[in-house]
Amino acid sequence: MGFFSKLKDSLKGSFGGEKLSDSLTKTRKGFIDKVFDVFTGRIIDEELFEELEEVLIQGDVGVNTAVDLVEKLRERVKVEKLKEAEQLRKVLVEEIIKIMGDEIPNLDLAKGELNIILVVGVNGVGKTTSIGKLAYKLKAEGKRVILGAGDTFRAGAIDQLQVWGQRAGVDVISHKEGADPAAVVYDAIQAAIARKADILIIDTAGRLHNKINLMEELKKIKRIIDKESVGTLKEVLLALDATTGQNALSQAKIFGQAAGVTGVILTKLDGTAKGGVVIGIKAEYNLSVKLIGVGEKIEDLQEFKPQDFVAALFTEAEDENNEG
Amino acid sequence: MAFESLGEKLQGIFKKLKGQGKISDKDLKAALREVRVALLEADVNYKVVKDFVNTINERALGQDVLESLTPGQQVIKIVNDELTQLMGGAQSKLEISPKPPTVIMMIGLQGSGKTTSTGKLGRFLKKQGRSPLLVACDIYRPAAIKQLQVLGEQLEIPVFSMGDKTSPVDIAKAALNHATYHGNDLVLLDTAGRLHIDEALMAELSAIKNEVKPTEILLVVDAMTGQDAVNVAEKFNELLNLTGVVLTKLDGDTRGGAALSVKAVTGKPIKFVGMGEKLDALEPFHPERMASRILGMGDVLTLIEKAQENFDSKQAQELQQKLLKAEFTLEDFLTQMQQMKNMGPLDQVMDMIPGMNKAKLKGLEFDEKEFVRFQAVIQSMTKDERRNPHKINGSRRKRIALGSGTKVQDVNRLLKQFEQAQKMMKQLSGMASGKGKKGKLKLPFM
Ligand SMILES: Nc1nc2c(ncn2[C@@H]2O[C@H](COP(=O)(O)OP(=O)(O)OP(=O)(O)O)[C@@H](O)[C@H]2O)c(=O)[nH]1
Ligand SMILES: Nc1nc2c(ncn2[C@@H]2O[C@H](COP(=O)(O)OP(=O)(O)O)[C@@H](O)[C@H]2O)c(=O)[nH]1
Ligand SMILES: [Mg+2]
Ligand SMILES: [Mg+2]
Repeated sequence: MGFFSKLKDSLKGSFGGEKLSDSLTKTRKGFIDKVFDVFTGRIIDEELFEELEEVLIQGDVGVNTAVDLVEKLRERVKVEKLKEAEQLRKVLVEEIIKIMGDEIPNLDLAKGELNIILVVGVNGVGKTTSIGKLAYKLKAEGKRVILGAGDTFRAGAIDQLQVWGQRAGVDVISHKEGADPAAVVYDAIQAAIARKADILIIDTAGRLHNKINLMEELKKIKRIIDKESVGTLKEVLLALDATTGQNALSQAKIFGQAAGVTGVILTKLDGTAKGGVVIGIKAEYNLSVKLIGVGEKIEDLQEFKPQDFVAALFTEAEDENNEG
Repeated sequence: MAFESLGEKLQGIFKKLKGQGKISDKDLKAALREVRVALLEADVNYKVVKDFVNTINERALGQDVLESLTPGQQVIKIVNDELTQLMGGAQSKLEISPKPPTVIMMIGLQGSGKTTSTGKLGRFLKKQGRSPLLVACDIYRPAAIKQLQVLGEQLEIPVFSMGDKTSPVDIAKAALNHATYHGNDLVLLDTAGRLHIDEALMAELSAIKNEVKPTEILLVVDAMTGQDAVNVAEKFNELLNLTGVVLTKLDGDTRGGAALSVKAVTGKPIKFVGMGEKLDALEPFHPERMASRILGMGDVLTLIEKAQENFDSKQAQELQQKLLKAEFTLEDFLTQMQQMKNMGPLDQVMDMIPGMNKAKLKGLEFDEKEFVRFQAVIQSMTKDERRNPHKINGSRRKRIALGSGTKVQDVNRLLKQFEQAQKMMKQLSGMASGKGKKGKLKLPFM
């Protein structure tokens, strides 16, 4: 079982409470100790560097980033005259945190005015589900939330969002399947203004970033928002599936260019995939993960804690090494 | 992802060998390192890569590669052959049960494309004269049943559902009876997405399997999947003994290394690939194409086929003749652009050309306005200029710009793109005329 799913289990029913951080440190510590058992008592040698590189690559960090990181480790080992493998742990975590930052990134939302959040991404990554969860979370924080059903393309997509709207207890503005998404967005903005909503979250159809016409459609949606309600588009969140490999870099780049992405929702971290590609995404495109999805239930959305994420990269690496 | 293609890299390594005809052990190592990196960048699983590179090394050593006159080509050929072989093997046809109805069960992670692929397969089989029934076994995801119903309506294929209160096992069982009664010779089960580590839901799949004994159990895998593909495929296969794989979303720009990982750990054939969201976007799997795609060598064969579909074949032949005689003119360029326009998103087409990375393609993106501009520019040229673009000097450029109501920069841009296209077409025609036999393709970069 993945790190995040254990986390989730310990969390059940207590969304964001005090208990979380306690159990979290405990879990994390347990994992790190266990994982780095592989290294304890060993000296730092070429084999160890290679194993580390392997762990990173298997976490989808990507061969280039992994090699760069291990190269940094080599340098530091030389300069700081490190001898024990155990010391490497700290250094590696430091280097990754240097890239990721150690702050928990927040959504950039203003009080007392309309905030629009646009959610984009390729097909099937978890946009709609994350919107349902986010609506629930923001509503629980006392916000007035409205959803816009901008995916008018995929069969059943509107119904899917409506179910999430009901679950979260928020209104959903929608047109019929096949309608112009820009028109839905227009109506959703009018409704949000009329109902004095704090937050409007807009769902969009999944699209592969190499389809120029579909990316143009996103730009059009953004233009409508700018025109109808200037300055209210606070977040454009790119949903990324943690199971995705290096193609996520391409997604981040092209969605970033076309839609002005402000942050990432990393979904499906309850599986065994690590989502390590977000390190490269942060390094290359300066996009931070702002939220993570850890399951299919409405409360399975969490903030992103870089420290935990890095720790999780190394979980199970040990088991895998033993197998192989 | 603007990385140099593997072909370019290997070319770099072996360049200094020209004429020398020998390759050192060191060069082979360097080449294999590049192969390794290329595979990892393509998301082939780390361990699979390790094994694979070892195999290549052995084969390369066992043969006369080191003595060969074109070691680069030899190495890439071995790599390509091995990859193709690894991914090919068993036939990729769907098994049809001698005792109808044939049951096909679609399984996989969340969002991998099961429901869409169920619809696509339904369409595919209906076209072959069968009478499919789509069955909504996803009782968990909101509106999952509705999604399948909409697809069924679009395809005019019946959908069997019992709402979201009945267990998927019972639904599958009832669907089988329904099919038998209504004369459906094919039953396609759309199951809910689930994590391979979700024991309860994995047990549900086993229960369905035991109940309805499917002829085909297809794992639906997103082509963009990373290193985790092996864990997923291994688990699903171990528990359910898959009969095949459907690889989806290959219309994206992913290199799709997951295909190799999945094949390597399950040994099961990839039977179909999804090439788009529309219901007709399902294609049979071609191992050799996938091999060159993973290696970053472009999907030459698909491109040629696509081109053949869309180009008027007589025109294409003429074009090829012209290319061979180096007579490709600006007029042809215009016609060709028109045809490219009909061929679908240009970048997608370009992606399939070896040695073309995105960065190089910047100038080639199709743009309707640009097309109109170019048309005007070309029409303002004299016949001679159209045939001999190299003659178009500064003052001629000014005149043409003036005549077409464009700017000199537009003329320059056109000429530049023409030059690029010329090069590209040369590359393509070289391949197309290479006997047309699949395995016989000459790789263009060595
Ligand atoms: N571009 C592209 N999109 C695809 C392809 N196959 C499926 N999709 C899209 O991927 C998304 C998920 O597809 P679904 O068929 O709903 O996937 P699923 O596995 O049934 O998903 P769940 O039931 O939610 O687990 C949808 O937006 C589909 O339109 C493909 O080959 N290419
Ligand atoms: N296990 C897991 N599944 C998720 C998560 N987020 C979304 N999903 C599932 O992934 C599938 C696709 O999600 P959906 O929201 O429809 O994706 P969209 O196409 O991007 O809108 C659905 O089956 C969701 O239930 C997550 O964090 N963990
Ligand atoms: Mg959606
Ligand atoms: Mg489905």
